[in-house]
Amino acid sequence: MMTTLTKNPAARSDQRPARPGRIRRGGLRRYGDLKIALFFIAPAMIGFVLFYVVPTIRGIYLSFTEYNILGDPEWVGLDNYAAIAKDPLFWNSLAVTGQYVLMNIVLQTALALGLALLMDRVAKSTLVRGALLLPYLMSNVIAALLWFWMLDYQIGIVNQFIEWAGLPRVAFFGSEEWAIPTQALINTWRHMGYTALLIFAGLQSIPQHLYEVAKLDGASPFQTFRKITMPLLRPVLVLVLVVTVIGSFQVFDTVAVTTQGGPVNATRVIQYYIYQRAFTESDFGYGSAIAVILFLILALVAFIQMKFLKGNESDLD
Amino acid sequence: MKKSLGTVAVAAAMALSLSACGGSGSSAESAKGEISYWLWDANQLPAYQQCADDFTKANPDIKVKITQRGWDDYWSTLTNGFVGGTAPDVFTNHLGRYGELAENKQLLPIDDAVKKDNVDLAAYNEGLADLWVGQDGKRYGLPKDWDTIGLFYNKSMLAKAGISEDQMKNLTWNPQDGGTYEKVIAHLTVDKSGKRGDEAGFDKNNVAVYGLGLNGGGDSSGQTEWSYFASTTGWSHTDKNPWGTHYNYDDPKFQSSIDWFAGLVKKGYMPKLESTVGAAMADTFAAGKSAINAHGSWMVGQYTGYKGIEVGIAPTPTGPEGKRASMFNGLADSIWAGTKKKDASIKWVEYLASAPCQDVVASKAVVFPALKASSDKAAAAFKAKGVDVTAFTEHVKNKTTFLYPITDNTAKVKGIMEPAMDAVVSGKQPASSLTEANNQVNALFK
Repeated sequence: MMTTLTKNPAARSDQRPARPGRIRRGGLRRYGDLKIALFFIAPAMIGFVLFYVVPTIRGIYLSFTEYNILGDPEWVGLDNYAAIAKDPLFWNSLAVTGQYVLMNIVLQTALALGLALLMDRVAKSTLVRGALLLPYLMSNVIAALLWFWMLDYQIGIVNQFIEWAGLPRVAFFGSEEWAIPTQALINTWRHMGYTALLIFAGLQSIPQHLYEVAKLDGASPFQTFRKITMPLLRPVLVLVLVVTVIGSFQVFDTVAVTTQGGPVNATRVIQYYIYQRAFTESDFGYGSAIAVILFLILALVAFIQMKFLKGNESDLD
Repeated sequence: MKKSLGTVAVAAAMALSLSACGGSGSSAESAKGEISYWLWDANQLPAYQQCADDFTKANPDIKVKITQRGWDDYWSTLTNGFVGGTAPDVFTNHLGRYGELAENKQLLPIDDAVKKDNVDLAAYNEGLADLWVGQDGKRYGLPKDWDTIGLFYNKSMLAKAGISEDQMKNLTWNPQDGGTYEKVIAHLTVDKSGKRGDEAGFDKNNVAVYGLGLNGGGDSSGQTEWSYFASTTGWSHTDKNPWGTHYNYDDPKFQSSIDWFAGLVKKGYMPKLESTVGAAMADTFAAGKSAINAHGSWMVGQYTGYKGIEVGIAPTPTGPEGKRASMFNGLADSIWAGTKKKDASIKWVEYLASAPCQDVVASKAVVFPALKASSDKAAAAFKAKGVDVTAFTEHVKNKTTFLYPITDNTAKVKGIMEPAMDAVVSGKQPASSLTEANNQVNALFK
């Protein structure tokens, strides 16, 4: 999105030498363009405004109120934020979410990169490439429930195998130590094929002649990967990271259908805590305030990633 | 062009808002048409469908559309319905929830109708009708059923352990050594090499059958988990009930009871809390992993329905004060304040609370109806199916019940107590840690 915005004026300049915005005489034509442009943007714009902008603004407003959804919101200023700063469950949810994101992203990105390289070099059959996407075609809830049953302490097949192997059963969802890693792994399993596909698309856009040249120069496969593949893949990787990190921070459905925040507070991730405060405990003001904080955290994380990984520049230009 | 664009936008917005509040649009206060009714228990659906059919036969102008939704989605869908204007006209209500709904003016007071139609409130089991009078003194529902707690046990495991059913009926309990209740639980626990829980050499880390099953930490009410023994010490959840404003999780009597409960896990007599995430307690009982399960009367059908397992039901143990105790919970049918069909809804609620419908419910032997006469019929219906439910009914007969704690902020209290109780039952924290949770709970009422 950012790339197109910064590049467009330059790209268009050869078609329309004079920038129409500056010339008053061209006003009529510009106006005609605007109408057509608006017409085409309208469907997306209406959806964007109705389902994103309005709820976001309303959410920000609600974060300054006490609101139980059935009554009227009551302005309380910064009270919610002050209470959140002192709420141990909020800080716990940040820590738990952080653990989850770290495990999920590191593993998922590493595996996806490996898979993408395999897809690019080895597994050229569409069938195999398609099979990698299968877990992603399953809904989150189904995937979570499937693993919930397979990993069940009493009747799960995985624990049956573990017992046959002579090891003690593992409470994958029930123990505080295992609950978050288990869910991070499940979502890694579900998303890595899709992430691999995105990275694979990036790999395909790297010009083949660069590899040929590298080969002629006698570069080892590892050198080629480090000096050519990685730098040229960077913009795609950054985009993938931004998208997956934001998605990972918003983990909710897996928790909601399995552990629901427990055992104790081990899986009370931030989105689940927002849901609990707002929808279970009817404290929509408080929930909105945490949501606003999460929004700011995600904006900051995305900004840092774009800035320091130079996600909007490509070395191919 | 611009104009037409605007029209498109307006039309789109209208279409959206229309679809958001569909389903309304008939005249208010009408005693005709279709009313919607929600309940959460799928086991009771056939009984109430029968009631609805009979009701329509008697009142051909009114049709009842019943929707069953699982407990997990029930309340959030209902709340969304209140806000979006799509809530059902009549719905099954729970004691733990109705206080907040009444306070937010979502329930229709039905005092006038009850008076006008001469509904006999004394015909219900004692206390049930009073539960549904809110803090403002208005009535928000008519009772439909009740439940108490009992001990489901595996008959063949008992026979193998040499424990008689008479022993089961006369269990005692105290928070210090657990009384004969703990002795029985210990004796019924068997490790993988066949050693019983009270024998030397019992391996508590390799248990094949637990004496007592575990449902969970029990959050704020402990309805089936710990309230039935903790309350025999004279402890109660709140300062008064209904509408208490102070919780008592800091009471030493309560904390020593919970310490005893958590101790069962440490001794290997009850499964670890972490192993209860997933498969339901009743199913693990059916799989032969526990010998006794404390559970509610609404579970009778499920426990007695398992093939190949003979199930007996014993009353909960007698406590230090010489009495048994069981939480007494009752459901009622309430009317949404925003209903467009007030008169029809009132008619339906009164029918649900009347003998013709409650007798139908009784005959299906799934739950105990609120009317005394219908309760007896239900007990007879259970008996005809070969199930002795005296363990549940004698609590009511002997007045050893206490009410489900009805207060404001119940959802928030649960939000605080759930992790706190889990931490204690899983052995991570001592029961004295509940004092801190109790302070948080009571801060909600300031």
